[in-house]
Amino acid sequence: MATDTVHEIEDEITTAELWDGGDSPFQSEYGKLMMWYFLLSDAFTFAGFLIAYGSLRFSMDAWPLPDFVFSTAPFGIEGAPLIFVTFMTFVLIVSSVTVLRAVQEGKLENQGGVVKWLLYTIVGGSIFLGSQAWEWTNLISVEGVTIYNNPFSTSLDNGTYITLEEAAALNPRLEKKTMMIDIHSDAGHSTEELKYLYNPMNDQKYFEKFDHHYFHRTGDHSQPHTHVGKEFKKGDSYLIAYQNGNYFPGAYKTGGVLVAEPMGPTAFGALFFFITGFHGFHVFSGLIILLVIALNTWSGFYRSRNNGHIMVEKVGLYWHFVDLVWVFVFLVFYLI
Amino acid sequence: MGHSHGLSIEEQRKADLKVGKVGFIILLLVTLGEVGVALVGNGHIIEGHTWPAWLMIPLMISMSLYKAYYIVSIFMHLGHEVGGMAYTIVMPMALLIWGVIAFLWEGDHARHNRNYVTDPRPGSEIPIEEPPAETSMQLEENLSKEFSFQ
Repeated sequence: MATDTVHEIEDEITTAELWDGGDSPFQSEYGKLMMWYFLLSDAFTFAGFLIAYGSLRFSMDAWPLPDFVFSTAPFGIEGAPLIFVTFMTFVLIVSSVTVLRAVQEGKLENQGGVVKWLLYTIVGGSIFLGSQAWEWTNLISVEGVTIYNNPFSTSLDNGTYITLEEAAALNPRLEKKTMMIDIHSDAGHSTEELKYLYNPMNDQKYFEKFDHHYFHRTGDHSQPHTHVGKEFKKGDSYLIAYQNGNYFPGAYKTGGVLVAEPMGPTAFGALFFFITGFHGFHVFSGLIILLVIALNTWSGFYRSRNNGHIMVEKVGLYWHFVDLVWVFVFLVFYLI
Repeated sequence: MGHSHGLSIEEQRKADLKVGKVGFIILLLVTLGEVGVALVGNGHIIEGHTWPAWLMIPLMISMSLYKAYYIVSIFMHLGHEVGGMAYTIVMPMALLIWGVIAFLWEGDHARHNRNYVTDPRPGSEIPIEEPPAETSMQLEENLSKEFSFQ
C-alpha cells in the first residue's frame, strides 16, 4: 500500500527523489484532493454570502423573525413555526446518510449497493428541492416577499391598531379614498370596496389592519379578519397583507401619533432568495452529478477501474458539503 | 480504505452500517435540539415562557458547529486523512472566524451610526445639528466665502 512506501522512504529521501514525483504526501488521489479544494473555495463563497447577510442584519434596527416568516407548510398548515424547514433538513440528513452508504459500498466494490444508495440519495435530494420550490412559491405569490419587497417585519415601538375614523381624526389632512379589491371565497370570485387614507406628500397609504385571509375567505375565514383594537409591543412581528402587487400597511397609533406600518428591510428578500437559491442550485447540480455517477456505476465503468469506486467518494464529498452548507443556512435564516 | 484492517466484507459492512446509523441519530437529535431551542426559547411551546437571546444564540451556534464538525470529520472522512492535508482544509476555515466577527462588528457599528450617513431618498433629510456654542467649530456655510491669497 502507498502508506507503507511513504513511511519507508521518509528518512532517506533526497532532493532529486523529492522532485521525481510518484510520492503522495497527502496519500490521496488527485481528483479527490481537488474536490476538497474546490469545496474549500465554495465554502468561502458561501461564507461571503452569509457574512453579507449577517452584517446587513446587524446594521438594521428591525429584522423579520424567522419563526414568524417560516410558519407555513403545504396542505394548508399555518402557524406552525419551522416545521416545514425541519422536515427539509431531515430529508437532507437522510440523503447525506444514504450517500455515505453508497461510498462505503463502493469501497467494498459492491456495484449494486452503490447504485441503490445513490438512487435513494437522488430521491432525497429531489424531495428537498421540491420542498424548496414550494417554500419559494408560497413566499413569493402568497406572502409577497420578492427581492424588491419584504412585507415581514418587527415593530420598533408599542402601539394599537386603529380604525380609519380614528386615524382621520389624528391626521385630518389625509385624503379619504377607496379602491376595488378582488375577493376569492367559497361562494366564488367578487370585488369589494376597501377604504383607506392617503398621504400624497410621501405616497403613504393607511389601511385598517387585516391579515391575508382577507382576500381568500375559505370556510374557516368566511368573515375577514381585522386586527383593529389589537395592541402590540416593540419587537412583535407583523405581516403586511399583499395582493396583486398592492401592499396594505395597517394604521396604528403610538403615543397619540398616527403611523402606517413600514415594510420590512428589503435586503431580507434579496438575501433569502439569493442564498437559498445558490444552495438550491448546488443541490440541483449535485442531483445531475449523482445521476451521472449512478449511471456510470450501473454500467460497470468504475468496477473495471478497480479503485474502490473513488468517483463515488468524490460525489459523496460534494453531497456532504451541500448538507454542511445547509447546516449554516438553516442556522442563520431559520433558527436565529 | 475500506477493508484494509483485515475485516471480511460482512464485518466491514456491519461496521459501515453502524457508522451510518450512529451518524443519522446524532445529526437528527442535534437538529431537533436546535429546533427545540428555537421553539421553546421563542415561547411557542410553553405559553409566556421565553429564553434570553444570550442563552439561545450560543446554544444554537454551538450545536450547528458540532453538526459541521461531525459531517466533515466522520461523513467526509477528514478525520482519517493525513494530518497535513486536513490542516490545509481546516486552517483557512478557522481563520475565517475572525472575518465573521469583524464584519458583524462593522454591521453593528453601521446600525448605531446610520444617522450620520446621508440618505438620498426624498423625505429622509435629517436636519444638521447646530454645533454646541462652547466649541469653536463653525458650520461650513457660515465660513467666509471670500478667500484671500495675499
